Amino acid sequence: MSDLQTQKSASRWSMVGKDPYAMPIEEIDLAHPGIWQKNEYLPFLKRLREESPVHYCAKSATGPYWSVMKYKDIMEVDTSPDIYSSEPTIAIVDSFEEFTLPSFIAMDPPKHDHQRRAVQGVVAPLNLKNLESVIRERAVAILDGLPLGVEFDWVEKVSIELTTQMLAILFDFPFEDRRKLTYWSDITTAIPGGGIVETHEERWDALQDCLATFTKLWNDRVNAEPGNDLISMLAHGAATKNMPPMEYLGNLLLLIVGGNDTTRNSITGGVLALDQYPDEYEKLRGDLSLIPNMVSEIIRWQTPLAYMRRSVKVDTVLNGQHIKKGEKVVMWYASGNQDETVIDDPERLIIDRPNARRHLAFGFGLHRCMGNRLAEMQLRVMWEEIMERFGKIEVKSEPKRIYSSFVKGYSELRVMLHAK
Amino acid sequence: MVQILFKSHSGEEQWVEGSIGNSLMQVAVSNGVTGIDADCGGSCSCATCHVFVEQDWLEKLESIDPNEDAMLGLSPDRSDNSRLSCQIQITEDLDGLVVSTPEFQF
Repeated sequence: MSDLQTQKSASRWSMVGKDPYAMPIEEIDLAHPGIWQKNEYLPFLKRLREESPVHYCAKSATGPYWSVMKYKDIMEVDTSPDIYSSEPTIAIVDSFEEFTLPSFIAMDPPKHDHQRRAVQGVVAPLNLKNLESVIRERAVAILDGLPLGVEFDWVEKVSIELTTQMLAILFDFPFEDRRKLTYWSDITTAIPGGGIVETHEERWDALQDCLATFTKLWNDRVNAEPGNDLISMLAHGAATKNMPPMEYLGNLLLLIVGGNDTTRNSITGGVLALDQYPDEYEKLRGDLSLIPNMVSEIIRWQTPLAYMRRSVKVDTVLNGQHIKKGEKVVMWYASGNQDETVIDDPERLIIDRPNARRHLAFGFGLHRCMGNRLAEMQLRVMWEEIMERFGKIEVKSEPKRIYSSFVKGYSELRVMLHAK
Repeated sequence: MVQILFKSHSGEEQWVEGSIGNSLMQVAVSNGVTGIDADCGGSCSCATCHVFVEQDWLEKLESIDPNEDAMLGLSPDRSDNSRLSCQIQITEDLDGLVVSTPEFQF
């Protein structure tokens, strides 16, 4: 993003550069992307956890909303879909009517259950086992192509490449066009004016191209025998085969973003975290059997999606706060995963942390991440193959972070590889 | 105390002792049974303590409540004898219970 754009978008609501303890607590507005991009969000989360764990923000560019900061309160919201609805959207900003795309992440039971079940077979055990060898093959090819002793961008050469290749495989998407998937994923979550798209209309035009491409693939698959790829599952599944085009597009984008951004940023985040905590890197070199536990810890440390939003269906009380029907409630997973009352020394990466799997990054309840095992598998295989090849991944400069309070991620991480 | 047999997906068998009143998930975790993740810690909010209960024992268990039923729906390999072990309370009647763990928890 250019400096001009940063200034333009950061102007009125931004908390960048402010001391979280020096401002009136009611003015803290976590929805503004500035502090996330500048990596200044942690002390804001901490103050709210300590002083206002269910916090009302009345004045925000996104409209008023409640923030839920503590692990146990987040758990309560996430597991009470009768009170906290996922409809109409899981983003803080209400969608403009004409840009609303239905998908099962933003549906309540029973429709959610039917649509999710139509596609979750893609991560069924047999598919997962087959995918492991494919992931390893791809990871090996990517890592073997990297230079030693030369600075390069890890996000571009590794994180994007591995996750995008995986997506192309899951959709059985034309492999040479796979970077279109990356583009569609990026624009889906981008904030207009934030550097990727300028307006809602520009995003909408790009998504029409996405829909046209996938409609052609749908037509090919629906006339063929049912296959194991996601498009074929949607085209042949009882709950999804008659979906209207916008619902098809919505569910596709959900699977694209879900399978792309999140894992991409955890792959990058792991490199950054191990560089910041060299003792942990040393621990890993001494015991590679820690990799599976480290993967859970990296996912907690990174928390690639900062929040999920719910809408309250009936007046309710959460940790002493009265919340009215129709109000927005935002579960800050990024805060719950830093909750000192549940996680010791939470700012640190501790690769052999006990109970590392208890993190909130996948959510809990009915909307728990469908691709969790696939994500863990990609990260595990990646780290197994990294440790096989390289003595150290050295981070050369501060990463560039994404301008978003939703996707917690990186657009660039300059690194240099060292031999074993 | 009752005796419970866990069979892993790869065929290993492990007899463990369970205390009356604990959940089957707690028994598994405290005995280091592999194949049970229990990510949510026992609040029926994930489906990572999924087990397959041997047919003869199914009728001895309390029936599935709607919440457990919904969470089991998250497992692509759910079967007729699927249960979440955090929702099974150990009683005297379950001495000799046999369950197997799935290949993956979801």
